[in-house]
Amino acid sequence: MIETRGLVKTFKDKKRGEIRAVDNVSFVCKPGEIYGLLGANGAGKTTTLRMLATILEPTDGTAIVCGHDVVEAPEKVRANVGFLSTATALYPRLTSQEMVEYFGRLNGLDEATLKKRVDDIFNRLDMNSFRDRRCDKLSTGMKQKTSIARTLVHDPQVMIFDEPTIGLDIMTARTIIDFIRECRQRGKTVIFSTHVMSEVDKLCDVIGIIQSGKLLAEGSLAALRSRYGENDLEEIFVKVVAPLYAGQGGN
Amino acid sequence: MNLHNIGIVYRKELRESLRDRRTLISSLLVPLLLFPLLTAGLGAAISALVGEAKKEVPAVMILGGEDSPGILAELRGSDKIKVVPTAKNWKDEVINKEIRAAIEIPSGFQNDVAHEKSATLLIHNYEGDMKSALATDNVQKSLEKYRDRIVHDNLAAKNLPETALKPFEIKEHNVAPPEKVGGAAFGGVIGYMVILLCLTGSMYPAMDLTAGEKERGTMETILSSPIARVDLVLGKFFLVLTTALVTAALSVTSMGVSFAILGHMHAFDTAGADASAQLQLHIGIYTVLSIFIMVLPVAVLFAAAVMTVALFAKSYKEAQSYVTPLMFVVIIPAVAAMLPIDLTAKLALVPILNASLLCKELVTGTYHWNFIAIIFSSTCVYAAAALFLAVKMFQREDVLFRS
Repeated sequence: MIETRGLVKTFKDKKRGEIRAVDNVSFVCKPGEIYGLLGANGAGKTTTLRMLATILEPTDGTAIVCGHDVVEAPEKVRANVGFLSTATALYPRLTSQEMVEYFGRLNGLDEATLKKRVDDIFNRLDMNSFRDRRCDKLSTGMKQKTSIARTLVHDPQVMIFDEPTIGLDIMTARTIIDFIRECRQRGKTVIFSTHVMSEVDKLCDVIGIIQSGKLLAEGSLAALRSRYGENDLEEIFVKVVAPLYAGQGGN
Repeated sequence: MNLHNIGIVYRKELRESLRDRRTLISSLLVPLLLFPLLTAGLGAAISALVGEAKKEVPAVMILGGEDSPGILAELRGSDKIKVVPTAKNWKDEVINKEIRAAIEIPSGFQNDVAHEKSATLLIHNYEGDMKSALATDNVQKSLEKYRDRIVHDNLAAKNLPETALKPFEIKEHNVAPPEKVGGAAFGGVIGYMVILLCLTGSMYPAMDLTAGEKERGTMETILSSPIARVDLVLGKFFLVLTTALVTAALSVTSMGVSFAILGHMHAFDTAGADASAQLQLHIGIYTVLSIFIMVLPVAVLFAAAVMTVALFAKSYKEAQSYVTPLMFVVIIPAVAAMLPIDLTAKLALVPILNASLLCKELVTGTYHWNFIAIIFSSTCVYAAAALFLAVKMFQREDVLFRS
């Protein structure tokens, strides 16, 4: 369960002054559901997800993740969250297994549980052939699997994916998409951000459209279709963000 | 703060560092090889070159003096110089180092001397050239011998005793223990080298564990784990400190061994060798140990300071450009300790300079306990401040996600 309450994040920029990267965002994301945060580059997706993962601290407002407040108990939140983005790289000089074990230990798993968990995950994701290979020697697909294993090792209830497929080839991207679906099947709360319409189409139960840090529209694909009188998600997206774009003269 | 988590981070960083060739070279190989190369290699090279220069019988030219056979005979009779036939382009030959010096004897020199009129001999040489200086020295010695003989004869002719000219003698006598003579000469260098190697040992891992982590994109990964940022930075800090100390320990050990070996090599008995022979008598286990203890807070200071600076950078390269100026900040006070400065209460508060000066004293076997206390505690304070700063930096979003 994720519940955000008036999340605000401002950054200071030398040229442009104070920037409201995330501006009063509130939404709810339930277990067994995939929430898709759809927005252009710089819309505030990454900042929102980083606040949920407690990598950044909100300027104002808060979020409750798995019953813990991101401002008051960030470490407890992180213990219940699996965070994956294309920016979350692997340690090049550790082997695939060492990488996963490291994160298991950081999550406070004892050695017996850790061993069982790691064996489990490596079997399930078919990773045993490159268990002892260093991460800098892995192919992109193997790296993605290792990253997935890393987010799963502590069996988190909430999964946060920040543009997880960006820059990946079709097959590797599919691995990630299948994995996101599997998370939903296992009853996890899933939130993911993207600017790829087809992924949202395929995966999301609830869609939130974000632009200039503001959550402009929210609902299931069917609800959005009837509200905006368009069938195509891209058309809906354009309709939603157009007023803000016009006001700003583009992004 | 959670010691267990700090340990997890530390062990992981240690494992990664041991698999990194750059870290191994900068923190293990360099200190191990530097001192043997420096002492044995450079020392042997210098003494060989100096020996060769001393062995050479310098070629000198005599200008004029046809009417002064006495001095000509004296110069030609000397086995320390080789008189070559006079040539017109003597000046060029000195400049081109074909001859080492030229002696100009004014006409009527012998006559002037005989009549006790003042006369001047001019030695044309190449200033700054070591072989020319040695030649000048040799020429001067034989001229002085000649002059002394004339003085002696003159005094005898006038029935005056030698003491008329030299009523008393002046002599030097060293009362410092011999090992301290060596220590004073080498102590400054040792403190400087250990401190500098401590810095170079911590530099690479400090950059690799901060800016390197940002560059490789693992910063976001590690920040998404439940570990507290304080534990993360401390785990990293302890690894950087370990490398700094290993580097320092290796350099002190390799330094001790190098000097010991140098001391046993009585082969070259030139000026530098007896100082180092005396030195090796004194660099005992206690000196090494006390230097190491003094270096400990300095290493903490470096590890924390370099991490703080490097964390600000987005990439390893950027970190290098920030850390290089830091190196000068360290080198200047460390070098200053080689100057003849005595430790005072005020200087004892200047970071790095104080430790460097203290190392110099420790090597000479001097233990000023009050200074040791001031320096150790002040360095600890600086180190704690730097560590505090490093922890604070790790909690700043604008530093961690600078773009």
